[in-house]
Amino acid sequence: MVIAKGLNFSLLGGEISAIIGINGIGKSTLLRTVGKVQPKLSGTIYLNDKNLKDYNALELASKISVVLTEPLASKNLTVLELISLGRQPYTNWIGKLSNKDKAKIQEAIAMVELAELQYKKCHELSDGQLQRVMIARALAQDTAIILLDEPTSHLDLHHKVRILKLLKSIAHKTNKTILFTSHEIEMAIQLCDKILVLNKEVHDFGKPNELIQKSAFEKLFPIDTVSFDPSTGSFKIKK
Amino acid sequence: MVRYTKYRFSFVLLLLSLLVCFVVNISLGSVAIPFNATLQSIFGGEVMHEFWSYIIWDVRIPKALTAILVGSGLALSGLLMQTLFRNPLAGPFVLGISSGASLGAALMIMGGSFFSGLISFSLVNDVSMAFAASVGSFLVLLVVVVVAYRIKDTMALLIIGLMFGSITAAIVSVLSYFTNAEELQQYIYWSFGSVGNLTWQQLLLLLLIIVIGILLSIVSIKPLNALLLGESYARSLGVNLKKSRYVIIIATGLLAGGITAFAGPIAFIGLAVPHLTRQIFNTTDHKVLVPAVLIYGAILMLICDTIAQLPTSVNVLPINAITSIVGAPVVIWLLVRKKKMIF
Repeated sequence: MVIAKGLNFSLLGGEISAIIGINGIGKSTLLRTVGKVQPKLSGTIYLNDKNLKDYNALELASKISVVLTEPLASKNLTVLELISLGRQPYTNWIGKLSNKDKAKIQEAIAMVELAELQYKKCHELSDGQLQRVMIARALAQDTAIILLDEPTSHLDLHHKVRILKLLKSIAHKTNKTILFTSHEIEMAIQLCDKILVLNKEVHDFGKPNELIQKSAFEKLFPIDTVSFDPSTGSFKIKK
Repeated sequence: MVRYTKYRFSFVLLLLSLLVCFVVNISLGSVAIPFNATLQSIFGGEVMHEFWSYIIWDVRIPKALTAILVGSGLALSGLLMQTLFRNPLAGPFVLGISSGASLGAALMIMGGSFFSGLISFSLVNDVSMAFAASVGSFLVLLVVVVVAYRIKDTMALLIIGLMFGSITAAIVSVLSYFTNAEELQQYIYWSFGSVGNLTWQQLLLLLLIIVIGILLSIVSIKPLNALLLGESYARSLGVNLKKSRYVIIIATGLLAGGITAFAGPIAFIGLAVPHLTRQIFNTTDHKVLVPAVLIYGAILMLICDTIAQLPTSVNVLPINAITSIVGAPVVIWLLVRKKKMIF
């Protein structure tokens, strides 16, 4: 099965980019393929000029961290234990945390404001809180690239904006590459450096304002349900 | 860190309880031996009667040591399975390993009459039984490893394991139907489970198998912790999933297969002890859980064996019945208390 043909884009350090598109178009598949979470169907992915398939799991773990939509196997972990697992690529054979590891963990907890929740079990958290914990875990992994599959689902508007702004500032301040899938197109237009618009036939990749000029967003949904207003960068429901 | 000092205290307490259970287990039995005499004998002192020393050193101590090995090994294999299959109901029985051992034993005992004397199994003794059971569990393990190579999904693997269990149970039923009463009885006695009857040599072999299983588990502590997040996350954390899965499956196979071969199929320890341990230690960290289930498994098995030998009576109850009577309420209690089974 072909998800997307003729897809070609590159991500740079210090940039936050979003993948948008309708349900089932292959946003998550693309993201998971980029992160080598699942085998690629076709094509080639390069990471720092080296083919992604030539990286072993451990090498990749210090380069790419992921936040996925799949449920945790065990929700009996405490928040702190879960975030600590983010340091696995750096710990010794039995997983002993060094002082540096502990500092990174606390840094991640502070960034996502989880200090009060850190001794709670994951099954005691709301979906939104758990989502933030998973993001903190990815931050603790301290990789140049962070891939997030729908990081803002389950979150209220306030936390959606907060998380995206946090991701943006992390990308800009620490020169990380952040790529996420989202249905929050309007927010992505306002916050992202670049957007990849997945469509059935054509795919557009570029800065939000360039994409608006190319009328990339108009093609996204059938014209009889919603229309895109280029002046405000938002969608309007057709009455 | 505060956490670790707390665990250290718990471990000291646990080891002391294990020692107490061990001494109590040895001091009780069908022949009444005074407690002082038991202690004297254990610590190399002279005892009043020669046969007391014999009973303690050649019957009770091997039996208690077997109970420790069986309990620890089964509990550890249960923990490994539950984490690997992300399933709180997983245990050594689920992969079909115990079923394989049962089939081996059943063929050894009852196969003779089924094949109407084509092959003569007149030499059915403990060693050949252990051998047949080991071969049975090892064959199932081999199939599981082959299937695991082809099927990446652990849930599917779990169901395949259950199907193996059904197939072997069916074959055992057919064998039992055609066999004579005497052989059937012998098979049923084996399936009751027993931690007695092991010679020091057999005990040494079992110890070797279990030590290898424990070492493989210790190297897998880090992947096991990563697997708590799920397989995709584990891979993204740098875990070599394929290798780790093999190591964990082989460790489980060795532990569960080796134990079932020597002690028969013993139920519930593998399922109940990991849950009990997670409750008491309130952690999912395998650095703590691996040593903790080993000790809890040993303690629980020693207690079950103490009950099974019905102190001061000559009767010995089937150990499998006792572990079920003790184990099943533990699982029910955990479920009722927690309302759901979290692992």
